[in-house]
Amino acid sequence: MKKTMYEKIWDSHLVVEAEGQAPLLYVDRHLMHEVTSPQAFEGLKLSGRKVRNPHSILATMDHCVPTKDRDKPIADPIAKKQIETMADNCRDNGLNLYDMKSPNNGVIHVVVPEHGFVHPGMVVVCGDSHTATHGAFGALAFGIGTSEVEHVMATQTLPQKKSKTMLVQINGALSKFSSAKDIALAIIGKIGTAGGTGYVIEYAGSAIKDLTMEGRMTLCNMAIEAGARAGLVAPDEKTYEYLKGREFAPKGADWDKALAYWQSLPSDPDATFDCIITLDAAEIAPQVSWGTSPEQVIGVDATVPAPESFSDEGKRKACESALTYMGLAPNTKITDIPIDFVFIGSCTNGRIEDFRIAAEVAKGTKVAPGVTAIAVPGSYHVKEQAEAEGLDKIFIEAGWEWRDPGCSMCLAMNGDELKKGQRSASTSNRNFEGRQGKGGRTHLVSPAMAAAAAAAGHFVDIRNL
Amino acid sequence: MEPYNKHESIAALMNRSNVDTDQIIPKQFLKKVERSGFGAHLFHDWRFNDDGSDNAEFELNKPIFNGAKVLVVGDNFGCGSSREHAPWAIADYGFNTIISTSYADIFYNNCFKNGILPIVVSKEQLDTLMAEISANEGVSFVIDLAEQKVTTPGGNGFTFDIDPFRKGNLLNGLDDIGLTLLHADKIDQYEQGHKQSYPWLWA
Ligand code: SF4
Repeated sequence: MKKTMYEKIWDSHLVVEAEGQAPLLYVDRHLMHEVTSPQAFEGLKLSGRKVRNPHSILATMDHCVPTKDRDKPIADPIAKKQIETMADNCRDNGLNLYDMKSPNNGVIHVVVPEHGFVHPGMVVVCGDSHTATHGAFGALAFGIGTSEVEHVMATQTLPQKKSKTMLVQINGALSKFSSAKDIALAIIGKIGTAGGTGYVIEYAGSAIKDLTMEGRMTLCNMAIEAGARAGLVAPDEKTYEYLKGREFAPKGADWDKALAYWQSLPSDPDATFDCIITLDAAEIAPQVSWGTSPEQVIGVDATVPAPESFSDEGKRKACESALTYMGLAPNTKITDIPIDFVFIGSCTNGRIEDFRIAAEVAKGTKVAPGVTAIAVPGSYHVKEQAEAEGLDKIFIEAGWEWRDPGCSMCLAMNGDELKKGQRSASTSNRNFEGRQGKGGRTHLVSPAMAAAAAAAGHFVDIRNL
Repeated sequence: MEPYNKHESIAALMNRSNVDTDQIIPKQFLKKVERSGFGAHLFHDWRFNDDGSDNAEFELNKPIFNGAKVLVVGDNFGCGSSREHAPWAIADYGFNTIISTSYADIFYNNCFKNGILPIVVSKEQLDTLMAEISANEGVSFVIDLAEQKVTTPGGNGFTFDIDPFRKGNLLNGLDDIGLTLLHADKIDQYEQGHKQSYPWLWA
C-alpha cells in the first residue's frame, strides 16, 4: 500500500491497538520546559510512578526566564518558584536539563535541533503546542497537555487518534523578500486557524525544498496556528547535512543505518492525502497580520479589510471586534500603521538565519524615535554565533537592545511586555488579545519586515527598500 | 478523577467564537506549580476590571448563572496554546460540560483527562440552545452521558456522538495512565524491538 510519511511514522510507532481504546503510540523524544511540567511531576509522584526512560527527555527553562540582568536573582517570586521546581524535578529524576546558567540554554524548540536531539521518523512530544517545529526534520512532533506529559513520563506511550492527512504544496520560488514566515502566514490566511483541525500537514513543493532547515522549522512551527496537529517536511540532504556531527546524532555505523531508515520515510509518490492545498510561492508578498487571530493577515501592500468585505457572518464579527481591539480603521494602508515596539525572537524566528536577515536590514539604520526594539536570540548558541558574526554590534548601533535568550515577548511571561494600547511588529506566532501584554496590539511579521518597521516607525514594503 | 454522573445543571451562555486559551486562563497565572486553584482566574481579563472588581458586563458574572455546570459557547472553543491550565480552570470553576460546534484538538483531548465532557452540536442546534438560554436565563439542562442525551425544558433536547473509549473513561472516572499500563507487556515488547532497530536512540 502507498503510504504518506505520516502513515509510515504512525505504523512504525504503533504499540497496541486494543479493542475500544485509542491506539497507543510509542514516544521517542520528550521535550520539557518549566511551565507545563511541574504538575505532571507532582502527579507522577503522588501516584508513586517513575520516569520510564530518562534518556528520552531533554529539558530547558525558557518561558519565564529574564532576558537581561540574569546574574541578579529573579524578581518575580512565582517565576522563581517555577524555575526552582524545574531544577528540582530534573535533578530528582535524573533528566538532562539546560538550566538558565547553562551555555546550552534557550527556547526549547530552538535548543533541541541545535543538539541534534530530534531525527527523522521519530515521534516527539512536548507540553507545548509549538512542538510542531520539529516536523521540519520529518519527525511527527506535536504538543500535548500536562496530564499527557505525565502519561508519557510514566509509560513512554500516548493514546492517540489517527489524524487525517493534508498536503500543502507550495510551487514556484519565493521572491527574495518573502520568507518561510510569510509562507506560514499566507497558508493560515488561506485555510484559516481551524483549516487544519484534525489533520497532519505535509509541506511539499519546490519552495519548501528550497527552504533552509531554519526556514522549515519556522514553517512547521506555525502548523499549529493553522489548526493542525503537526506539520511535516520530508527529510532530504539538507536535513542530513544539518544533523551530521551534532551531539545526539547517530555516529559511525549507526549513521548509515539511520540514514537508510530516514531515506525510506518520504511519502510514496502516489500516496493519497485526504486534502490538498496548493499555493504559488511567487505570489506570496511579505505578510502582516492586522487582527487578533493569525488568519487575519494580509500582504504588506494591501489595506486593512473592512468588516463588510467578509461574506461569512462569523468572520465579519471577528473582523469588527479585532479592529476595535487593534485600534485600526478599515481600509488603512498597512504601511501607514505606526508601531511602538519591535520584537525579533521566539521559536518561530529566533534562529541565526533570522538575525542575519534582520541585521542586513537594520545595518546603518536607526530605530525610529519613540520605538523600542529588542532582539532576543532563541538560545545562547544563536547569541554566540550572532556575536561572532558581529550582528550584535549592528543591532546595538542601530539602537536595538541585544538580550539573553528566552521566550520573552512571544508570550510576555517574563516581564518583557507591551503596555495597554502599544503596538508591536513581532516575529512571534500569536497575535491573540493580550498575548504580549494586556491591551497590547501585535502584528506578526517576518524578521526582515520587523527590522524595516523598527527603522521607519511603521510597516514598510521591504520590496521597495 | 470523579466519575461523570447524569446531572441537571444551569446552562451558562457565552456567545463568543474562537475563545482561545489565553482568554480562558491568561498567562500571568501559568506560573503556579500546583494543579488546583485556577478557577479563580478563569476568563480573568474579561471577568475583572482593571481594579480587580467584577466586570458587570461579562456574561458569566450574571448572578443567574451562579453554580452553572454547563457552558454553552460559540465555535472553535479552546483554540491557541496547548495549556492544560485551561481545562483545569474550567473544571475548578465548576463546569463539567461544554456545548459548542467545534473545539481545538488539544483542548478537546484535555477536557476528557479532566472530567469535562465537551459536546459537539451542529450550528443550528447551537443556535436553538443559545436562543433558549437567552429567552430563559438560568434554565437547567439534563446531561446524560450514558445515554448520550441532553434534555432541555424548552424541548430542544438532542443526542450526541462521543468516542466510546472516552465515554467509558469519563463514566468510570478512569485514570488514563492506569489504562495504558494494562498493556505494560506490549510496551516492553515494543521497546525491545525498538532497541534493536534503532540502537542509536538508546545510546
Ligand atoms: S517562543 Fe513563544 S511559542 Fe515558542 S515556546 Fe516560547 S512561548 Fe511558546
